[in-house]
Amino acid sequence: MSRALIETLMSAPYVARFGVRLDQRGNELTGVLPFEDHLVGNPLIPALHGGAVGAFLEIVASASLLASQPLDRLPKPIDVAIDYLRPARAQDVYARAVVARSGRRVANVRVEAWQNRIDAPVATLHGHFLITPARSDSEADSA
Amino acid sequence: MTDDIQSRLDSIAPLIVTGSPHAVALGLSLVSLTPGKAVMRARYDESLIGDPDAGTLHGGVITALLDHACGMAAFAGFGARDTPSTLDLRIDYLRSAKPGLDVTAEARSLKSHGLVAFVRATAHDGDPEDPVAIAQAAFMITKASKAAQERARRDYTEGRMS
Repeated sequence: MSRALIETLMSAPYVARFGVRLDQRGNELTGVLPFEDHLVGNPLIPALHGGAVGAFLEIVASASLLASQPLDRLPKPIDVAIDYLRPARAQDVYARAVVARSGRRVANVRVEAWQNRIDAPVATLHGHFLITPARSDSEADSA
Repeated sequence: MTDDIQSRLDSIAPLIVTGSPHAVALGLSLVSLTPGKAVMRARYDESLIGDPDAGTLHGGVITALLDHACGMAAFAGFGARDTPSTLDLRIDYLRSAKPGLDVTAEARSLKSHGLVAFVRATAHDGDPEDPVAIAQAAFMITKASKAAQERARRDYTEGRMS
């Protein structure tokens, strides 16, 4: 857990402006993107902007990495692959991440976003992030 | 035919950003739109910073910029009729955009036929040879987007006649 860095991440101007919230219960973390008009990409459908959904998934991925272990710095995305499964409607979006693997440099994360039903995801993200795990004393000696 | 598409693109161009609340919120702008190619820009703005210590733009801004530019390239590739939806978007973040610099995305539709378009894009902060991110995406004309387009066209025509 890197509580101070989660604060840094969530209070960054872009993230704060987005209104993203984190709902943490024990070791389970759910990201919440409250609906706002400015998240709409295509008002004709209306559907949320694919970029807004993608950005939200990236934020939840970073937050989940920070929640799962002590890190020295904010995770940096290396690459992400986002699949859009259904149009994201003009309402709140939720997302949860699974850290598939977290090594000494790179973490592999999968995130799923949903709206009405958790079993009907609107988008998924699969990405690699550069991480800097906080070094314990024994590791610092051997490194 | 190409001129036809270009004139349609020119008439639609002002709506590319203003028609999308999220693009407006991020301050995106359209640089050029030609058949199968879209160039868009995100201005550096302190409200879009993702890492307060480094002062760099949040990756999400680049994601939205690339998604929008790719979508417009697909739209232009489809002949500027239906707005396509993103099927998937894959982005490699080669490096952080330098603080203070605008980011430009150049997207090209490699192939669009039937209902699917394949798009590639590059985002750079001044030098196209030194990109900050590259992207590959697929777009599709969905039933929802087609229906919405029809409604908009009808409203527009009726609005013009009344």
